[in-house]
Amino acid sequence: MAVKKFITGCFYDEAVLFPAVHKTRRAGYKIHDIFTPFPIHGLDKAMGLRDTSLHTAGFIYGITGTATAVGFITWALTVDWQQNFGGKPFFSLPAWIPITFELTVLFASVGMVLTFCYLCQLAPFVRKDHFNTRTTDDTFLMALECTDKTNDGDAMSFLQSLGATDVQVQYKETGWWLGRYDKETKRFERKG
Amino acid sequence: MSIREKFIVTKRYSTISLTLMVIGVLAIIGLYVTQGAKDDPNMQARFWGSLLQNSVYFLLVVNAAMFFICATTLAWGGWQMAFRRVPEAISAVVPVIGTICGVILLLICFGNNHEIYHWTNVEHVKSDPVLNFKKGFLNKNFFAFWTVLTIVAWSALGWKMRKLSRSLDDKPLATNEEKKKYVWNNTVWAALFIVVFALTVMSSIPWLWLMSIDAHWYSTMYSWYTFASTFVAGMALICLFVVYLKNSGYLEYTNEEHLHDIGKFMFAFSVFWTYLWFSQFMLIWYANIPEETTYFKPRAQGVYSGIFWIMFIINFLAPLLILMRRGAKRNYSTVTFMALLIIFGHWLDFYQMVFPSPLTDPKTGETQVPMILYDFGVALGFAGLIMFVTGRALSKAPLLAKNHPFVKESLIHHT
Repeated sequence: MAVKKFITGCFYDEAVLFPAVHKTRRAGYKIHDIFTPFPIHGLDKAMGLRDTSLHTAGFIYGITGTATAVGFITWALTVDWQQNFGGKPFFSLPAWIPITFELTVLFASVGMVLTFCYLCQLAPFVRKDHFNTRTTDDTFLMALECTDKTNDGDAMSFLQSLGATDVQVQYKETGWWLGRYDKETKRFERKG
Repeated sequence: MSIREKFIVTKRYSTISLTLMVIGVLAIIGLYVTQGAKDDPNMQARFWGSLLQNSVYFLLVVNAAMFFICATTLAWGGWQMAFRRVPEAISAVVPVIGTICGVILLLICFGNNHEIYHWTNVEHVKSDPVLNFKKGFLNKNFFAFWTVLTIVAWSALGWKMRKLSRSLDDKPLATNEEKKKYVWNNTVWAALFIVVFALTVMSSIPWLWLMSIDAHWYSTMYSWYTFASTFVAGMALICLFVVYLKNSGYLEYTNEEHLHDIGKFMFAFSVFWTYLWFSQFMLIWYANIPEETTYFKPRAQGVYSGIFWIMFIINFLAPLLILMRRGAKRNYSTVTFMALLIIFGHWLDFYQMVFPSPLTDPKTGETQVPMILYDFGVALGFAGLIMFVTGRALSKAPLLAKNHPFVKESLIHHT
């Protein structure tokens, strides 16, 4: 992670935001991200984001849970400590299905929550840079990532022409670091 | 966008449906000649069992379409409006198959063959303490009364719901007050249907029609399990018609977003069915009480074990693994294939519900799996009937309920 240079613009209306996203992509600017206080239907598609792979991760966690439950119970009840429950065979799969199911759900849910937090860079005692704190309240913010070829003036006037307000150049850290929001903690040094 | 308002029944469509019905009639005649007309009560039971299984299964499946409408109406759902006329048209089959099914059930109940419903044999009941105890519920008069009442109630309430929906086609609602009143009116009638549904499909009807085949045995999960089976097959049937209409260039406003949600229903209720199927099995397996395990003995371990475990693969593993991915639920081919598989799988489910007990040889106590091809034939006949009546119902009303207050929600639906 590194500190990068961005050009940001604020929007207040989806009806303005969506055409702006289309035009920005067509103009060839690189959209770093769009920050909104709530999920907006269809924005991911408009931005051309790929589908999240969180589901795949969830499936793998679930399978891990299934395997753990079946594996452990099988080992415990048929190898390590055989017990006679109502004359049933030691390997009585139907009795284990509920526990297998619970462990599948537990692994999948906990794993997906942690993965989600990691993907969103959310954790306790961890800080992230914000472009504009009003994106947690009532404002949509589009951040364009500047490359070597980006002309700041052109990009800013382009954003303004799309209906963005409060257009700025900002240097921000894109990663996360240990720290708290109620105290100003030291960011990584700006590179370059 | 220009839309094709009404479905036009093509020549090919009616040819296929009529051919299927002819196959069905031939299968019934074949069954009657080879089995039904014989003196052996087990062979007669095999004939009547086939009619019972197919008519009850397809009646409950088409009735699930009206349950889908009413449940989404009660939940004030809007997403289904783009294709709502499809389940409506499917539910128009209820009176037709209901009549057939009612006649079959009454013939079995009042006929001389007691192999299917042992409790209809009055002499036998006197000497059987269990059946004698259940006499207050399992008797011919109550069976006939409740069967007729149920089928009439489903048909009448379904007719009312369809009428409410079509009443808007020519006269749009002008004010918000009118719209609110209309939605409220719909909600009340849908709630009434759900109450009737809960008292019939979700409880008493499977007890009477199916569970009483094994009259000594009972399971408190049976009705839910039957409901789950028919509801998931009902969603699959809705899905098939939606895909068919979409392929023929109708339902312009239905897209993969709606298909995705139908796919979710098929996925979720397959899992729900498995939950009930397994819970019913596990409790009986665990307690291991002989009077309860008699039900599973021929099914899970006996001659029906093949069907029993194939059903598990078709109805649980396949939907779980194939429909799990988002892309699969939005793919017309995958969803169509799965819908056909699910309808077939739950048909097999009903097959093993109905046949083991009537075909048990009283001397040896052994049961047998009948020649399934005849039952396929009868099932195809019912499929043709559903195609025929649904096609006619679709051609009578516009395919988009364009004046419903919630229709916008469906047009911009996004999953």
